[in-house]
Amino acid sequence: MYPSDYRYTKDHEWIKVSGETGTVGITDYAQHELGDVVFVELPAAGKQVAAGKIFGTIESVKAVSEIFAPVSGDVIEANAALANTPEIINTDPHGAGWLIKMKLSNPTDVSGLMDAAAYQAFISEKEASA
Amino acid sequence: MRYLPKSPDERREMLASIGVRSIDDLFASIPEQFRLKARLSLPGPFSEHEIIEYFRARAAENSCGYTSFLGAGVYNHLRSVVTDSLIQRGEFLTSYTPYQAEISQGTLQAIFEFQTLMSELTGMEVANASMWDGSTATTEAVLMAQRLTGRNRVIVARSLHPEYRQVLDTYTRNLGLRICEVGFTSTGQIDAAQLETAIDNQTAAVVVQSPNFFGVVENVAPLAELAHAKEALVVAAITEGVSLGAVRPPAGADIVAMEAQSFGLAPSFGGPYAGVIATRDKFVRQLPGRLAGETVDTEGRRGYVLTLATREQHIRREKATSNICTNQALCALAVAIHLCLLGKEGLKELAAQNLAKARFALEELEKVPGVRRAFSGPFFNEFTVEFPRSVKMVNAELLREKIIGPLPLGSFYPELTKRALFCVTETTTRAEIERMTAALRQILSNPV
Repeated sequence: MYPSDYRYTKDHEWIKVSGETGTVGITDYAQHELGDVVFVELPAAGKQVAAGKIFGTIESVKAVSEIFAPVSGDVIEANAALANTPEIINTDPHGAGWLIKMKLSNPTDVSGLMDAAAYQAFISEKEASA
Repeated sequence: MRYLPKSPDERREMLASIGVRSIDDLFASIPEQFRLKARLSLPGPFSEHEIIEYFRARAAENSCGYTSFLGAGVYNHLRSVVTDSLIQRGEFLTSYTPYQAEISQGTLQAIFEFQTLMSELTGMEVANASMWDGSTATTEAVLMAQRLTGRNRVIVARSLHPEYRQVLDTYTRNLGLRICEVGFTSTGQIDAAQLETAIDNQTAAVVVQSPNFFGVVENVAPLAELAHAKEALVVAAITEGVSLGAVRPPAGADIVAMEAQSFGLAPSFGGPYAGVIATRDKFVRQLPGRLAGETVDTEGRRGYVLTLATREQHIRREKATSNICTNQALCALAVAIHLCLLGKEGLKELAAQNLAKARFALEELEKVPGVRRAFSGPFFNEFTVEFPRSVKMVNAELLREKIIGPLPLGSFYPELTKRALFCVTETTTRAEIERMTAALRQILSNPV
């Protein structure tokens, strides 16, 4: 379910790092909680994002939710496909439904995030207590 | 609303069934010292007859038989009794805000139709369910521009309604928004040269009103080009909706903020009115307030919903798009009914009458010695003239003739104490215009 080469946050974002570049999205758990996504608001290329701070919003039929940056860096690209087909976040959250690509300020920052096993345990605990 | 009286026996029974001895026991949780001991200082009780007599006497205190030339943001227009009787139907008058779409179809449909009418009138792609009034709509339009551009400077025409500017100042005092004002030229229109130098790359919006506070129609398209060249947005305010029956909607505007009072709402000493905010489709997610949408249910039948409600305050709390949590539903309904009664041709005819009567009034005024037209720009149903003396002094004398004179612009612009803003609508008769100019001629021929 959760790709082993991704890292995860407690706010349910994932990041896949290759070199100094990271791709960011929301997890399958998050898309499931949100329900049908109808709109995504993302930053333009060149914008700086800071770890733990809001970088965009996702609007579903239920709510508008903030998306938090897993690590700090500069936005390289926002997923243009989401403008017309935001539902790919629901159908392929870990792939085609990615949100932004960013240049990491410090690539070692990701080591502070959860790996797939830790995230899986985190959401199991969440579901058990819910 | 029904009043259900209760007999002493019924009161006793109700109290017994919840286990208290007296009505006072219901307030036991309020500390003794905060309870009201004295009787309310109210006259009465009165019989039905006495109450009717009382209000008849109060109504008789209203002045009547006056002719008014006051406009300046609130306009006297003909209204049909059809509007008032329809909006007083219980289904509309007492219905609660339509959170539950499935049982609020009528209310939502009325809002949807209001939005459609407002989009068509303003020439914009989308209009919301209505705002408090024109001044708050203008302010919300500015805040919307601030969110859309991420910039914190706003340029406001001095010819924007001064009370709208006050509302903007109040709303934005603690929002880190810097407001800069741009003056006007001898045409009464915004000083485009001054505007061009004022717009910078921190400018979120340029706010202009058309017809503006002096009654002069602005040419918005070239102003919009100046703003768009620096990626600033244009907010166009409209205080007199009837002008849209004769004047092209502000071309190039990104957000239109309008007061809809002219459409079926009585001046009523300042409200309630209905504000309009309309914009481009691409800005819809920053539109404050609420939006009704048309859709189909699972069986393909037409239905109405609150669209984008997830951005409203009752769901998004402090992160909501704005503090607006509802809309002026009943006033917006009156506006929609009034416009449907008028129809497209009716609105054009109404606007043509306003324009013709205002032109006639200006021509008559210009024949009065000492009176001259103050601004050369085109106008709709309001125009500014200059008197040879203080407008307030002239108005005091006009009032003795049962004429409510023009707005003294000196009240808002200290340098314009001799300038008077006249408003003439379809309600003003030719005879009244002639009576006013004759009185003015007499007043001005007397030594000061």
